[in-house]
Amino acid sequence: MTVAPPRAAGATDPAAAILVEKLSLWYGDFQALFDVDLRVRAGAITSLIGPSGCGKTTLLRSVNRINERLAYVRTSGSIRLWGLDIYDPAVELAQLRKQVGMVFQRPNPLPLSVRDNVLFGTRVHVPDGRAPARAVADRIVEEALREVLLWDELKDALDRPGTQLSLEQQQKLCIARLLPVKPRLLLMDEPCSALDPAGTEAVEELIWKLRGDYTILIVTHNMAQARRASEECVFMLLGEMIEHSDTASMFLNPANEQTAAYIEGRYG
Amino acid sequence: MFEATARNRRNQSVEGGFRLLFLWMTCMLILPVVLILGVLIYRGGPAISYEFLLTPPTDGMTAGGILPALIGTVWLVVVALLASVPVGVAAALYLSEYAPDNRLTRAINLAIINLAGVPSIVHALFGVGAFVIFFRFGTSILAASLTLAIMTLPVVIVSTRESLQTVPRAFREACWNMGATRWQTIRKVVLPNSISGILTGVILEVSRTAGETAPIMFTGAVFFSPFLPQSVLDQTMAMSLHLFVIQTQVPNVPEHVPFGVALVLISMVLAMNGLSIAFRVYLRGRKKW
Repeated sequence: MTVAPPRAAGATDPAAAILVEKLSLWYGDFQALFDVDLRVRAGAITSLIGPSGCGKTTLLRSVNRINERLAYVRTSGSIRLWGLDIYDPAVELAQLRKQVGMVFQRPNPLPLSVRDNVLFGTRVHVPDGRAPARAVADRIVEEALREVLLWDELKDALDRPGTQLSLEQQQKLCIARLLPVKPRLLLMDEPCSALDPAGTEAVEELIWKLRGDYTILIVTHNMAQARRASEECVFMLLGEMIEHSDTASMFLNPANEQTAAYIEGRYG
Repeated sequence: MFEATARNRRNQSVEGGFRLLFLWMTCMLILPVVLILGVLIYRGGPAISYEFLLTPPTDGMTAGGILPALIGTVWLVVVALLASVPVGVAAALYLSEYAPDNRLTRAINLAIINLAGVPSIVHALFGVGAFVIFFRFGTSILAASLTLAIMTLPVVIVSTRESLQTVPRAFREACWNMGATRWQTIRKVVLPNSISGILTGVILEVSRTAGETAPIMFTGAVFFSPFLPQSVLDQTMAMSLHLFVIQTQVPNVPEHVPFGVALVLISMVLAMNGLSIAFRVYLRGRKKW
């Protein structure tokens, strides 16, 4: 079933950031993933596409083990991040989630100021439980907001509630608040679907800019977005991984009949 | 083309009928409140004076004031608050933020609902057995307040849980996904955004205990005591019991006195409610979403 991902031009790091092997997942009696194998290249943007209910989001949420919060979820198979098994009993979820940031469909800034939103992660993760000194904190906020291209807009509004920004700004802020704890992998669950076209474009540009520094796995419903804003593309259907190739060739020349049908919009 | 048909006209008259019916029922609801307050003010008003509020009863409770009962009720309510709020809020936090959805949790929820349904006289007997006799608190403010606290626990838990649930789930998800523990999430996001609702709910519920009579009459409240309580191990008079006593047990009480007692009691409860509403309005203004 799985088509090995071809080496994309310009691949700098051949190592896999995520290596999923034979992952199956059940919500109670309902099996949502069937023996999924996936290798995500470090430093690249990989998009997960497929019709609703195909398991993209489930797969994404398995990578930071947020699914387990639901008591009735069972999994089998393995997920390795940079070679380490995340289901190992020695794995501390807080450390895993520090390395693996997540961006949601609806921007969900915390009901705190812009500044406190950005600093939230550092406050959760500082070793001695104390917030960093003011000057250090200021630098962290500026760096993170610069990285997501918000600094110029918000440098005078750091005390405004994050929840009162425009949706585009909120989503960028949600990305910014992940950065201070230096994650290596960013998971994005349809990060633009709540945004207007201009916001979508701006956030896509931002995601594109972040590639290389971070490995990015992005779920999208929007085929055009997958095509524009990802380097590799994974097509899923009914809980199975159907095809994985570099984005350009998947859209120009899909290897699988079902992929072709989906891309052409024969079902959605 | 747009004229009303017979069917339309019938719908309109049915619509009007129900509207009137519901409006009437709503008025019926307000009527008792207005009447109670009106009668109390009209008949009890003349009893109210500084002397009434600030002196103990005299002449076999047919004269003098209500100070020991007033202070006693404040003691009872405050101690009950101190006992039920920490327990109730902690329990609500567990049920809302930690508890998995399993049989045990459902059993606990059922127990809470049942506890709310226990008649207050049964609570009174439990209070006598548990606090007065078993824990040897004797008939005291402590025993009476703990009985009141147990009686109000279910409503404290339910109202706190409701306030916690008003904090959108997305905020919790955001925190968990950044590696925050449940407690970090509660402390930094959930509590700051629900504390207004929790406090107002709690004040509202507990202030109702000011009027309870049955749970305190066996556990800590006395018919008559010229002294003010000095500690939680003292017995005390209470407004609700005082009203009951002068109305039913004491001959020759001037007619306006029971109304005066009732007026003070209801004013205390309404003042607490007013306070909690003001508090809510103030804190809601600071909400960030």
